Amino acid sequence: MDDTALHELAAHIEMKRPDDVISSDVAFGELTITISVQSAASFAEFLRDDKNCLFSSLVDITAVDWPERPERFDMVWHFLSMYRNQRIRIKAAIREETMVPSLTSVHPCADWFEREVFDMFGILFSGHPDLRRLLTDYGFRGHPLRKDFPTTGYVEVRYDEMLKRVVYEPVNLTQEYRQFDFLSPWEGAKYILPGDEKGEEAK
Amino acid sequence: MMDGDIRNNIYDDGSKDTLTDEQRIRNFNINFGPQHPAAHGVLRMVLELDGEIVERADPHIGLLHRGTEKLMESRTYLQNLPYFDRLDYVAPMNQEHAWCLAIERLTGTVVPRRGSLIRVLYCEIGRILNHLLNVTTQAMDVGALTPPLWGFEAREELMVFYERACGARLHSAYFRPGGVHQDLTPKLLDDIEEFCGRFPKLLDDIEGLLTENRIFKQRNVDICVISQDEVLEWGYSGVMARGSDMAWDLRRAQPYECYDEFDFDIPVGKAGDCYDRYLCRMAEMRESTKIILQALAKLRAPEGQGDVLARGKLTPPKRSDMKTSMESLIHHFKLYTEGFHVPAGEVYAAVEAPKGEFGVYLVADGTNKPYRAKIRAPGYLHLQSMDHVASGHMLADVSAIIGSMDVVFGEIDR
Repeated sequence: MDDTALHELAAHIEMKRPDDVISSDVAFGELTITISVQSAASFAEFLRDDKNCLFSSLVDITAVDWPERPERFDMVWHFLSMYRNQRIRIKAAIREETMVPSLTSVHPCADWFEREVFDMFGILFSGHPDLRRLLTDYGFRGHPLRKDFPTTGYVEVRYDEMLKRVVYEPVNLTQEYRQFDFLSPWEGAKYILPGDEKGEEAK
Repeated sequence: MMDGDIRNNIYDDGSKDTLTDEQRIRNFNINFGPQHPAAHGVLRMVLELDGEIVERADPHIGLLHRGTEKLMESRTYLQNLPYFDRLDYVAPMNQEHAWCLAIERLTGTVVPRRGSLIRVLYCEIGRILNHLLNVTTQAMDVGALTPPLWGFEAREELMVFYERACGARLHSAYFRPGGVHQDLTPKLLDDIEEFCGRFPKLLDDIEGLLTENRIFKQRNVDICVISQDEVLEWGYSGVMARGSDMAWDLRRAQPYECYDEFDFDIPVGKAGDCYDRYLCRMAEMRESTKIILQALAKLRAPEGQGDVLARGKLTPPKRSDMKTSMESLIHHFKLYTEGFHVPAGEVYAAVEAPKGEFGVYLVADGTNKPYRAKIRAPGYLHLQSMDHVASGHMLADVSAIIGSMDVVFGEIDR
């Protein structure tokens, strides 16, 4: 797609909402606009109703976990304008305890997306009508897509023939979970190869 | 006392109003699923019924949740590809396509023409696979038994085409970043063409069974009518949007691969009810057959010859090179252990999967594994509006609605 249209759109949005937009960027033929999180709902409403935007469909809501940052999560919204045949990505960096304004009043389909983000990342949404867990088990603990959540999880489930019911037990792996690190040691592996530490000692 | 209750309670069970002595009717909650043949998978839906009228529907999903997105973060890009077959297992290659497109956009890989044509060919086969399953099982949900028997025979033949291309009927792992895994034989092209010659006859037969069928129409016409505003509000895509007279198709609107070269129509419905969506799917299968025939012609043309993979860092070297060249051997070893590196960046790649817009939001950090991959499944948005569309319908309509929404839990639960 043509990038000039996206640059024009970015300039238009920055002009209309100077207080909300922090930065905008066009990469790989996609427009990303970073906003401050408090204005997310009103910004989505603006995108939906502005005559030059008309981003009337919410495509996706998700989050990305960056544990090493003080603002731990990136909230990411994707919108689509069928009228102008354009897509836009809105991002906002938030702290772990920040409440994100819910988009359910602007786009009803934000409902499950926000429940999923709450379920997977533990991000809370203000103004969401029904913020329950969605994909994980009833009574599940933890937020699986956080980077500090182990892939194996904490509990496992099995049917107990004696008790005649499903029981939850701590995960017991007969074989250690195999996670190979194939990153080449010449490009960016963040550990010292066994044997290499001796070289440092000799100095 | 409830209707038909044989007990004669002397105590106050709350079913009678003490002041007026009128019978009080409670709403009835039922669990639809998780093991219900019309739920198209493992869907548990708590329905609140007033008599036979649905007052409230609360779908509980996640019974098939396998943590795909979490698993993908600890595997290389190539190892992640087969997970996409297991999302919407009805049309596996269309999902792989989105993943490949995301990687290709980030790495700037150009797919060779023959690879691109084969992708289009198999995407359309996937579309027919999906619509055949959906149309016929929806007919079964409303009481017809013959259509699935006829439709599944054709599905089986199409899956044989899958098998002959990649060796697997379902979990194909055929589309690779940079093209497709292997070239097709001329005999396979001939057989696909022969199938396309017969297939419209089968569609005529299925239409003969269903389109003017009194029971089928009674169960589908004017059920779950969706307006254009609702399409936007609830984020519908694919046939759910096209059934409501919105000619929105990513193959046409935002062409990917080489769809802009193909001549096909986008069927739209007028009423936006279950019946129009059925008609759309039938028409789309005919359009897909047209696209397949065009793709076959292009594959046989001189411009359609050549390699099916963009040779380079993303793709394995040729077997013959590996026998003679040390570098090729090293490259092959590194590719299948370390995998290729994708430059840092983020991209959202969407394809028009048979069910609607299937997208992948990929965040790469420059290593051999995706930092985050979000899978955007079309069925997810369709199902979440269940409460909105099913309220006010009869209980029996719920299965017709689920059928026409075309939900598959592999992609919804992920």
